[in-house]
Amino acid sequence: MATLAAVLATTHHPFYLKATTAPVEEQIPQAAEWKRKVEAYRETLTRAAPDILVMVGADHFHQFFLDNYPTFLIGKAPRYDATFYNEEREFGLPKYVLEGHEDLSRFMHQGLLDRGFDFSFSHELKIDHSIICPIITTRPQADLPVVPIYTNIFAPPLPSPRRFWDLGRAIREVIDAYPSDQRIAAVGSGHLSLELGGPRQFGEHGPDPEFDLQAIEWLSTGNIEAILENVTHESMTKAGNATHGFMDLILMMGIAGPQKAAYVDSLDLYHTREAYLTWYPEEGRA
Amino acid sequence: MSKYYVNKFLYTVDGNPNYLQRYKEDPRSFVTTWEQSIGPRLNETERTSVTGFTEAEREALIAHDYVALFEMGAHFFLSLTIFIALYDEDYMHRSGPLAFQREFAARLQHWNGKDYPSVAL
Repeated sequence: MATLAAVLATTHHPFYLKATTAPVEEQIPQAAEWKRKVEAYRETLTRAAPDILVMVGADHFHQFFLDNYPTFLIGKAPRYDATFYNEEREFGLPKYVLEGHEDLSRFMHQGLLDRGFDFSFSHELKIDHSIICPIITTRPQADLPVVPIYTNIFAPPLPSPRRFWDLGRAIREVIDAYPSDQRIAAVGSGHLSLELGGPRQFGEHGPDPEFDLQAIEWLSTGNIEAILENVTHESMTKAGNATHGFMDLILMMGIAGPQKAAYVDSLDLYHTREAYLTWYPEEGRA
Repeated sequence: MSKYYVNKFLYTVDGNPNYLQRYKEDPRSFVTTWEQSIGPRLNETERTSVTGFTEAEREALIAHDYVALFEMGAHFFLSLTIFIALYDEDYMHRSGPLAFQREFAARLQHWNGKDYPSVAL
């Protein structure tokens, strides 16, 4: 059976690349520290020596729109283009082509259907910054085949936080059941408190610094009970109108299971707090 | 009210450099063109006839009025992205990084602490 070599839950700040590659005199004050933290975080994936990446993100109205927006979707293509015109324009992100892994995509799709998750699927999927940002931060050589999974954290009505946790648990079962000797890492991105297009955007910190610290504490201790007790769509809205991306971090913790993270780091930036967590389920397995 | 159609406008224009330029230079004329020939497209062959703007929605789009669009429940991501594309560079040259984003936030301050208009359709 396949080995789940690592689970990474990270925020995806689309300006990381721009912020850390700008001429030094134009960089924000935290640029050097940000780069150090990201490179240290990258090491947590590198040391797991993965062969395949299961990537979790959310399409920000790039390929999918309100005429046909999937709640949960899996990519099943042999390869994936990435980075849309308006992401190059706004964030300065480069284009990529990522190899797919059709066999694991098929196995994952069937496995999730069998476990009660009726996924939409795509054989022609262009990937956006929710997946490319973590590639840039955690695997910039972009040399591993990927299985992309998209969730709806964006266009209400949204699935519940519990559903995201349960989906994470189901993905874990499917990875554990995959008949292969390969090492799989799951890398997913979301947000802590976040405001976009509203009165609290682009402040000195994220819109709800208290939520951010609490959320990191819950994730790092594997405390799903506290999350499910305290985090609702309404409470996330109060923390910032785009905070629902936190549910993808809950999903990632679902893949790891209710256990302490092996690596936890964060960085308070303008506009958001960044969070970087890694679990090694192999090592924590009872 | 057609929040969906307002979002479709923002989505199609934000994703197309040619549309974006025309919306920046002559919004009134471009919104008319969009309603006549771009908005109704379902795909290259098919057209839809079931959507349209209210007068208030049309005027908000023509005026680049992101406060009115916020209050109508246009999707926050689409609205932020397209107005950054239209204004960020000019503001940056004039007043430095994030000047536009911060003015955008400032003009919405009367919503701080209140329940925002829903983006749900």
